[in-house]
Amino acid sequence: MKKTLRNFYIALIFLFLYAPIVTLIVLSFNASRSRAKWGGFTLKWYQSMFRNDAILQALSNTLLIAFLSALAATVIGTVACLSMQAMKRRHRAVIMGITNIPMLNADIVTGISLMLLFITLGLRFGFMTILLSHITFNIPYVILSVMPRMRQLNPSLYEAALDLGASHMQAFFKVVFPDILPGVLSGFLMAFTMSLDDFIITHFTKGPGVDTLSTKIYTEVKKGIKPEMYALSTLIFVTVLILLFLVNRPSAVKKETQTS
Amino acid sequence: MKKRILTLLLLGISILSLTACGKNQSGENGEVVVYNWGEYIDPDVITSFEEETGIRVIYDEFETNEIMYPKVEAGASAYDVVCPSDYMIKKMIDNDLLAKLDFEKIPNAKKYIGQQYYDQSREFDPGNEYSIPYCWGTVGILYNKTMVTEPVDSWDILWDETYADNILMQDSVRDAFMVALKRAGASMNSLDETQLQEAKDMLIAQKPLVQAYVIDQVRDKMIGGEAALGVIYSGEAIYTQRENADLEYVIPKEGTNVWIDSWVIPKNAPNRENAEKFIDYMCRPEIALQNFEYITYSTPNEGARELIEDEDIKNSPIAFPDLSQYQNLETFSYLGEEGDALYNELWKEVKSE
Amino acid sequence: MNKKTLAFPYVFWAAAFIVIPLCMVFYYGMTDKTGAFTLSNIITIATAEHSKALLLSLELSFVSTVICFILAYPLAMMLTNMHVSTHSFIVLIFILPMWMNFLLRTLAWQTLLEKTGVINNVLAFLHLPALDIINTPGAIILGMVYNFLPFMVLPIYNALCKIDGNVINAARDLGANGIQTFLRITLPLSLPGIISGITMVFIPALTTFVISTLLGGSKILLIGNVIEQEFTQTGNWHLGSGLSIVLMIFIIVNMVVEAVFDREGEGNKL
Repeated sequence: MKKTLRNFYIALIFLFLYAPIVTLIVLSFNASRSRAKWGGFTLKWYQSMFRNDAILQALSNTLLIAFLSALAATVIGTVACLSMQAMKRRHRAVIMGITNIPMLNADIVTGISLMLLFITLGLRFGFMTILLSHITFNIPYVILSVMPRMRQLNPSLYEAALDLGASHMQAFFKVVFPDILPGVLSGFLMAFTMSLDDFIITHFTKGPGVDTLSTKIYTEVKKGIKPEMYALSTLIFVTVLILLFLVNRPSAVKKETQTS
Repeated sequence: MKKRILTLLLLGISILSLTACGKNQSGENGEVVVYNWGEYIDPDVITSFEEETGIRVIYDEFETNEIMYPKVEAGASAYDVVCPSDYMIKKMIDNDLLAKLDFEKIPNAKKYIGQQYYDQSREFDPGNEYSIPYCWGTVGILYNKTMVTEPVDSWDILWDETYADNILMQDSVRDAFMVALKRAGASMNSLDETQLQEAKDMLIAQKPLVQAYVIDQVRDKMIGGEAALGVIYSGEAIYTQRENADLEYVIPKEGTNVWIDSWVIPKNAPNRENAEKFIDYMCRPEIALQNFEYITYSTPNEGARELIEDEDIKNSPIAFPDLSQYQNLETFSYLGEEGDALYNELWKEVKSE
Repeated sequence: MNKKTLAFPYVFWAAAFIVIPLCMVFYYGMTDKTGAFTLSNIITIATAEHSKALLLSLELSFVSTVICFILAYPLAMMLTNMHVSTHSFIVLIFILPMWMNFLLRTLAWQTLLEKTGVINNVLAFLHLPALDIINTPGAIILGMVYNFLPFMVLPIYNALCKIDGNVINAARDLGANGIQTFLRITLPLSLPGIISGITMVFIPALTTFVISTLLGGSKILLIGNVIEQEFTQTGNWHLGSGLSIVLMIFIIVNMVVEAVFDREGEGNKL
């Protein structure tokens, strides 16, 4: 009884979370251009999507910015975590405080503050300004996911490696890095997702002709959204979903437990 | 386990990112950055321009003059060609943001654009030095005949409680105040405190009846039958009627706004020559016609109008209205910084109500 | 290679892209067009239209946060009690919707809620009265809860997972009943998660301008909308920055609360 109630509640929440997504997927097969009418099943939006340069360009910008900014943020963030280990407690607290700012601050304030900075510097708005902004708001996510791993690390291990004749580099890559790797990876993934989903900060720092999917969708929402956009999002969503199911196959779980 | 998920996802992401990038070619003859209204050009025109000239077009869109202005003013996005409306052109001239045009390099502009439109432009560009008309039109009410049975001829109907939650208003300060000021019989360029307060009160009184404040969305919502009445630019009327035959466009008897959107070149334009080529291309009759057929906004291009084969459209009272029939038509004028601030202030009061 | 020199890239980055930009917001917020010092951009929050927008934002984000909490806490507890091997899967299920663009997800609610939308069609089919919440504050709250619920679930879930089962067993052994165990053990131990969930929901909800635009039909002006319009339409950066400073007061309060709880959390670990 209790269990059915529990499952019912969870199902309800999932319905709430996924109803809009199902709606979008259904709309991507809707032959009518209008969101309000069902005009029959069609695949034409999927075909025209691949011929729509603007959408493909926005997709490539989005992925490229997400990938590059997550990569840069992961490198900068991991190095920062490493260096913070050696810092005095107070200095570390100050830096962590500053790190928290982009996460806790409102996106809109981060967005306008960066916009003001870029304008003052006289930078031309475009791909670079978006990338810089994304790296900035991504670094905290990396630091916050690497830092706990770093703290769990036994500092004597690193020292021991040095004593045994390893260089700093070797000590890092052979001893420290494997241990913090899960944190680094999940930091990267978090950063990638955040960058992918960002609209507000990009909205304030983008330039002419450079659109990410978010800004493209925002302009389209205002003038009537093209169904190709539903098709593209459905494809992205289904791709991620399939990837998730592949890695969560029961057999994979079993193997994992056996080997470990 | 978790590691496995992550590595697989990472792999997928990297592959996606790498395959997605790498098609950012620049035109052999440089580029031109165009800043235009949403859905205000036939995309094929851009492609054919790129093919003919080898100039890559970087195309960006704005929703209202008010959104366009700060971007051009900030200068961080250097645009080569912009398409603002009348009063905004005046504001840009006054604030020294525009470059004088070299009409020698844009021969089609004088050849095909009707002189009457240049005359009309003198209101905001006294010497006809800065702007070349691209589209013009009026603002009126679009209504759905199945939902509104009484005759529509006045702005008053937008305050009629029978249509509560079925009215779409323009989400832009000057257009919204135009409706209220005209209804009150005032000038839409009024700076009179009491008139403006009255207009503000009217807009506040209207707010509960309004379904949403929209700009370009009005088109889709009206086509989809989401609302009965909407304030709309005349150019959208033909398009929406084509999609939904129940829709009808009227210019209210109290008068309305007659506007012109014109091409201008900002002072800080990095690719001036390409900008001139672009404007000249847009003024070609066959291109203007192709554009007209796509966006259905009235073209000031006499050459293009000659080329229209369909007599109905050529003489359509919506596409090419005879303005002498209507009374109290006006064009927006720039109200100065203080005037702008006053309107913005009042509009914010309406919106926050 | 000194470990301290390693800190330079990040310290430089943080200074250039976090600290300096924030200083610029403060600079613009406290000057007028001529560059003279003024507080008028901040005091303007007291005018009717600004304070109304701020109060409405506070109200809507407060309600959304409460709803998120009420929905999320039982959910997080149920998820914690489920089979262990599915943990990462559950977390991913909550992150998964993020891969469908946030604007599209919100737009989908517009499709669902519209007068001629999906929900109303279903209701009409069942002969039930129509749901008329599109373009009202109700729709905005729904949009906020929908978009920010995962940010409430995940921290609480993480905090609950960290609780040592033995502690709860010990409490039970010592004679505490279910409610007592919950109130005196589970709830206090999950407090850091709750606090971080609340910040992660309240701040974005307070400052959003997108959800109110998409689901409010531009009829409802939140403080985020005012700021956005000052920057993108009215072009008054000074006023926009001044109002951002007001917003930041709320954010700083949040940060302080967060920091206090975080320090305690750290102390517990040691």
